[in-house]
Amino acid sequence: MEYVIIFISAIFVNNILLSQFLGICPFLGVSSKKSTAIGMSGAVCFVITLATVVTFLLNNYVLAPLKLEFLQTISFILVIAALVQSVEIILKKIAPSLYQALGIFLPLITTNCAVLGVALTVVTKQFDFSGTMQSLNLLEATVYAFATSLGYGLAMIIFSSLREHLALANVPKAFKGIPIALITAGILALAFMGFSGLV
Amino acid sequence: MKKIKLILNGIIKENPTFVLLLGMCPTLATTTSAINGMSMGLATMAVLILSNMAISACARIIPDKVRIPCYIVLIATFVTILQLLMQAFVPDIYEKLGLFIPLIVVNCIVLGRAEAFASKNSILDSAFDGLGIGLGFTIALTLLGIVREFLGAGSIFGYQIFPADYGCIAFILAPGAFIVLGYLIVIFKKLTKQA
Amino acid sequence: MQSSFKNMVFSLGGICLVCAALLGVVYYYTAGPIAEAVKAKQDAAISAVLPSFDGKIDELEPNIYIGKASDGSVVGYAILSSASGYGGAVTLMTGITADGTIYNVQVLSHSETPGLGAKCTTDEGFYGQFRNLNSQGSILRLKKDGGSLNAISAATITSRAYTNAVNSALEIFYGLIEEENYEED
Repeated sequence: MEYVIIFISAIFVNNILLSQFLGICPFLGVSSKKSTAIGMSGAVCFVITLATVVTFLLNNYVLAPLKLEFLQTISFILVIAALVQSVEIILKKIAPSLYQALGIFLPLITTNCAVLGVALTVVTKQFDFSGTMQSLNLLEATVYAFATSLGYGLAMIIFSSLREHLALANVPKAFKGIPIALITAGILALAFMGFSGLV
Repeated sequence: MKKIKLILNGIIKENPTFVLLLGMCPTLATTTSAINGMSMGLATMAVLILSNMAISACARIIPDKVRIPCYIVLIATFVTILQLLMQAFVPDIYEKLGLFIPLIVVNCIVLGRAEAFASKNSILDSAFDGLGIGLGFTIALTLLGIVREFLGAGSIFGYQIFPADYGCIAFILAPGAFIVLGYLIVIFKKLTKQA
Repeated sequence: MQSSFKNMVFSLGGICLVCAALLGVVYYYTAGPIAEAVKAKQDAAISAVLPSFDGKIDELEPNIYIGKASDGSVVGYAILSSASGYGGAVTLMTGITADGTIYNVQVLSHSETPGLGAKCTTDEGFYGQFRNLNSQGSILRLKKDGGSLNAISAATITSRAYTNAVNSALEIFYGLIEEENYEED
């Protein structure tokens, strides 16, 4: 039951893009075509889940016992950067077709704040489980990270389909490109607010 | 003269928010009120100036292939220092900005300026570039915060202009962030005659 | 600069070392003020939720504080509790006098929506309801949930979280009282 709640609330209610504002740069940058949006979502999904597992273990078994939590930011970003690099190298060797699909997005992901944001949220935030607040365990953290990245993909793909249509619309010159995209994203966020009573 | 030009460049020609469209996450997330937006802008500016100076000083001794990891370590160090100082001396503001202080590390503005400017220019010029870009960012965030706070809660910097009950809450919530930023970019484009 | 294996290891290693040392120093000097800031906030909250008295505050258990007057009589209990709101945990300090009356409630931290849930710290019509309230052991509920308390308009989830957190403080309080009576018998 708890997993279902984590899942639904991470995808719809607290959508990472439309209500937490993490990972907005690629949301605006690579969303003008649906195919690139899908590629980016896939890469983000992969990296967020993997990075959260690694940073979660790092935090709970290395930093917390040594009382070095103040090094969270710096160690997490290094782990994420190293992880992204190794994923790139490994994919190139063992799954060239997957690398072709996700490859160009991987270097961009290091500085995608969604990855660091989710990693930091998972280890610091407390969640409500049947009335008591507690931290997540490894499995719950993984589910949360995966669900959050699915929410990222969902918002990304909806938004890119909207933008493909927007490109054909006749809008005033000053609104062309990013401004009208932002306003559309606002309306999309308004629609997502409708999910807020769900959990 | 050149220094002033560097600062103006950051505020107008290369305004990180309105022109370069960088660092969108804190821009949208922390501007629920004017004071929050301004605090976030100033925090980012502090990191930007310090990291620009440090990177400009180290650029000559860092080999090309490992420059990005080196920059990230330097930036993360300054962010952590800022985090600790804010927790110690301005805990209230730190709590409000929350997650977005550590996330300055992955703000594309900071790494972007390190790569595009600081690694090629003198320490002093880099400091002024950081100041200019930082000011541009702070002004943009404060402006966004003012508009959203005014429309949503009827106040500016906490001073009540009209009763809060007449405000449209949506402007303080997520949708308002996107919509107000969209319109501000249009106005900025018109004023600087880029459209 | 040309990259060779040696200079890459040295420069990256050197920078990491310098940064680690720098962070260590800053952490060493800020650890004190950070702990003080946290404690100052907690102390302020405790004294705000208990009737004014001269005496001292003892920490009974983590998150449970007891205010004792100089003659040793109990002025009240300050209990830290939290519940899940709209944007995350709502953490409260609830002051309860010895007879079970809530003296005052203070919000320590929350991440509710500005203008909606965040009103729980400013909307006196809401938080005023809890002052001098004696539930006689029953669970507090919002009108919407069949109780008697008004919710903050358009922020039911936050109001419910606030009420739940007060309830768990009351529960801890009655647990303490029972334990004490048991010991006295």
